[in-house]
Amino acid sequence: MISAAVFADQIAMYNPEVNDFAAMLQAPSLDHIFGTDEFGRDIYSRIVHGARTAMLVGFTAAICGSTLGLLVGVTSAYFGGWVDITVQRVIDVLIAFPSIILALAIVIILGRGVGPVIVAITIPLIPNCARVVRSSALAIREIPYVDAARAMGFGHARIVLRHISPNIMAPYLIMLTTFLGQAILAEASLSYLGLGVQEPTPAWGLMLKSGAEEYAESAPWAVIFPGVAISLAVFGFNLFGDAMRDVLDPKLRDR
Amino acid sequence: MKLKTLKILAGTTAALLLTAGVATAESPKRGGILNFVVGSKIPSMDGHMEGTFGMIHPIRPFYSTLIRVNPANPSSTTDFVCDVCSSFSSSDDGKTHTFVIRQDIKFHDGEPLTAADVKATYDKLVFPPKGILSLRKKFFSMVDSITTPDKYTLVMKLKYPSPTFIPSVAMPFNFIYSKKDLDTHGYTWHQKNVNGTGAFVFVQHQPGAFVEGKRFDGYHHKGKPYLDGYKAISAPKMAVRLQAIRGDRAAIEFRGFPPKARDDLISALGDKITVQEGDWNCSLLVTPNHKAKPFDDKRVRRALSLAVDRWTGSKALSKIAIVKTVGGVVFPSHPLAATKDELTKIPGFWTDIDKSRAEAKRLLKEAGQSNLTFTLLNRAVDQPYRILGVWLIDQWRKIGVKVTQNAVPTGPWVDSLRKKKDYQVAIDANCQSIVNPIVDVSKYLGSASNNYAQYTDEPMESMHEKMSRSGDEAEQRRIMRQFEQRLYGEEAHIIPTLWWYKINPHRSYVKGWKIAPSHYLNQHLDQVWLDK
Repeated sequence: MISAAVFADQIAMYNPEVNDFAAMLQAPSLDHIFGTDEFGRDIYSRIVHGARTAMLVGFTAAICGSTLGLLVGVTSAYFGGWVDITVQRVIDVLIAFPSIILALAIVIILGRGVGPVIVAITIPLIPNCARVVRSSALAIREIPYVDAARAMGFGHARIVLRHISPNIMAPYLIMLTTFLGQAILAEASLSYLGLGVQEPTPAWGLMLKSGAEEYAESAPWAVIFPGVAISLAVFGFNLFGDAMRDVLDPKLRDR
Repeated sequence: MKLKTLKILAGTTAALLLTAGVATAESPKRGGILNFVVGSKIPSMDGHMEGTFGMIHPIRPFYSTLIRVNPANPSSTTDFVCDVCSSFSSSDDGKTHTFVIRQDIKFHDGEPLTAADVKATYDKLVFPPKGILSLRKKFFSMVDSITTPDKYTLVMKLKYPSPTFIPSVAMPFNFIYSKKDLDTHGYTWHQKNVNGTGAFVFVQHQPGAFVEGKRFDGYHHKGKPYLDGYKAISAPKMAVRLQAIRGDRAAIEFRGFPPKARDDLISALGDKITVQEGDWNCSLLVTPNHKAKPFDDKRVRRALSLAVDRWTGSKALSKIAIVKTVGGVVFPSHPLAATKDELTKIPGFWTDIDKSRAEAKRLLKEAGQSNLTFTLLNRAVDQPYRILGVWLIDQWRKIGVKVTQNAVPTGPWVDSLRKKKDYQVAIDANCQSIVNPIVDVSKYLGSASNNYAQYTDEPMESMHEKMSRSGDEAEQRRIMRQFEQRLYGEEAHIIPTLWWYKINPHRSYVKGWKIAPSHYLNQHLDQVWLDK
């Protein structure tokens, strides 16, 4: 998927946005291996370029969401007291909303397009990561080297960023990889609902929406291939997340 | 594959034949609830300020109008019959129009309707106070005064005789409101409340879900309506509307389906589906905001028009969308419409698209806009907005213009066009009800309240004024060509796309409803019945 996104221009057989009315709704063939949509656009090329949108949104949202979650979680655990209580209650409120509902609300406020979609997907990820990270940080906070750093007069920022955060990289990376699949799915969902990226930009959710609306029966390839792309991407990143956990979790490493 | 095609063809033929002989020999049956689907939401329930099918389909059956298009002959451009009047006449000089109001009409709240109610309604429509939007005010610019010499007579005096006056009165948006409601609750009350004299009484509106109406037993067209009630179900997604008809959760959708949906329904349901088709007095437009740079430059606007290959687009898009005909400013089959010869002289309608696009590129270069990029505001409605949006973006790419699309739901789309005016280029539609070209083109006047392009063009105002006052069709036609040339060619104030084509597949048990050249017409539902 990463290769498809990076080398989309080389891999794609056609420009994914150019209409070709001579090739409207063609079934898969040697010319168009995944067939064409109602505008005669090559579905394979749109899926390849759609990987770019998915990766851009997925990676950016997952990295931003988990990194901000890391900072919030570690800060909350490190300071404890009223800071921790306040941050945790805010997180409780955010977690109370289903992620997709929160994302929908954010998109409605910010508008459509890639930027707002990234923000909309990132925000619901932050509290999820913060909560997991906080529990690890609470344990690390009590380890003597943190006290030693404090005794040496290091500032809070240095202790949080250089002494605590690196030691909770394992849960962070596991969350990050898990979020990748979630973010791709969320992007596809928002696009399917017409709230994500806009036509004619190739995006899997958008392709699914356009195809499913009118052509699910007569031109099933317009629906099947984008659907398979979404499923494979999410499945792949979930497996990747599991593998990361296996590698980074000492308890699982030797099994 | 061949068998399927044959089946569709056979089904279509059977369905069209059925339609041809529609119900004339059948006597209407009473009873039943008509469920129909509506592909848009209701911005407000005030017909005077709205112009969308999202409002007219669910709300029109609650109201009456002064006169209306003959429900038995809705395709006619001249066949008007009384609704709340018992007769109407015009003076010899065409400047005085007298309407005798029926004495047996009651509002749904029990109050009797008099000429005072009709006058109050038309005062709101024709002379709205500042801050009150009357979308069709411009259509009544010839009206000088409205008086009620007695309780059941209404007289409208015109400044000059105009062939557009009577068709304007017959427009289905001109809901008759109660004077008492207007006086007591003000001019904005009807945006959220209903009290009409129509065939159905308002029961409830669940925003985003449905509108429900029940039969008005005191309806003035005796014996009607035939239905016990109706439910207008909001279903913005076309697939949902289609499946609703397929699964018999709804019997009809009054706006129109694309060809593919028609074929699917016929293929699945055979003679349980009847199809009515016809030209549609509706065209999709591109509206450049003249107050947003660089769209204040006519070279840029002309370039955008020249880039669009309407002739090829028509053939392809008519297979997937509810658009078909390449036409000018006037409804294509009307005598005032441009012939193909006349049309192809207008920039943007040239048959040589390479020459057209070369000229477009030259104009952009001259205007210093060779790398033009902009955002196209579109309405998030599948047909035909989404399809046309994608097509236009592809057409503009061919002259090097990069366009991103912002498709938003109807509410924000209307808000952006009407109030915020924060768009660069927008897709808009000129959907009119009665085919009345001189009235229909009034949207293109800078002074029209439903013109969102923000320009002023005095020569066009003057041409329109002349057409409105002229009783000579040849002269009207000549001026219309000048008007068209200036609007689409010289100034490119508005960029035309294609005219719509109406396809209404519906359950065969729905009787009495006849397709009209507009999805706004014939929606009072008092003549509809269910053959179940």
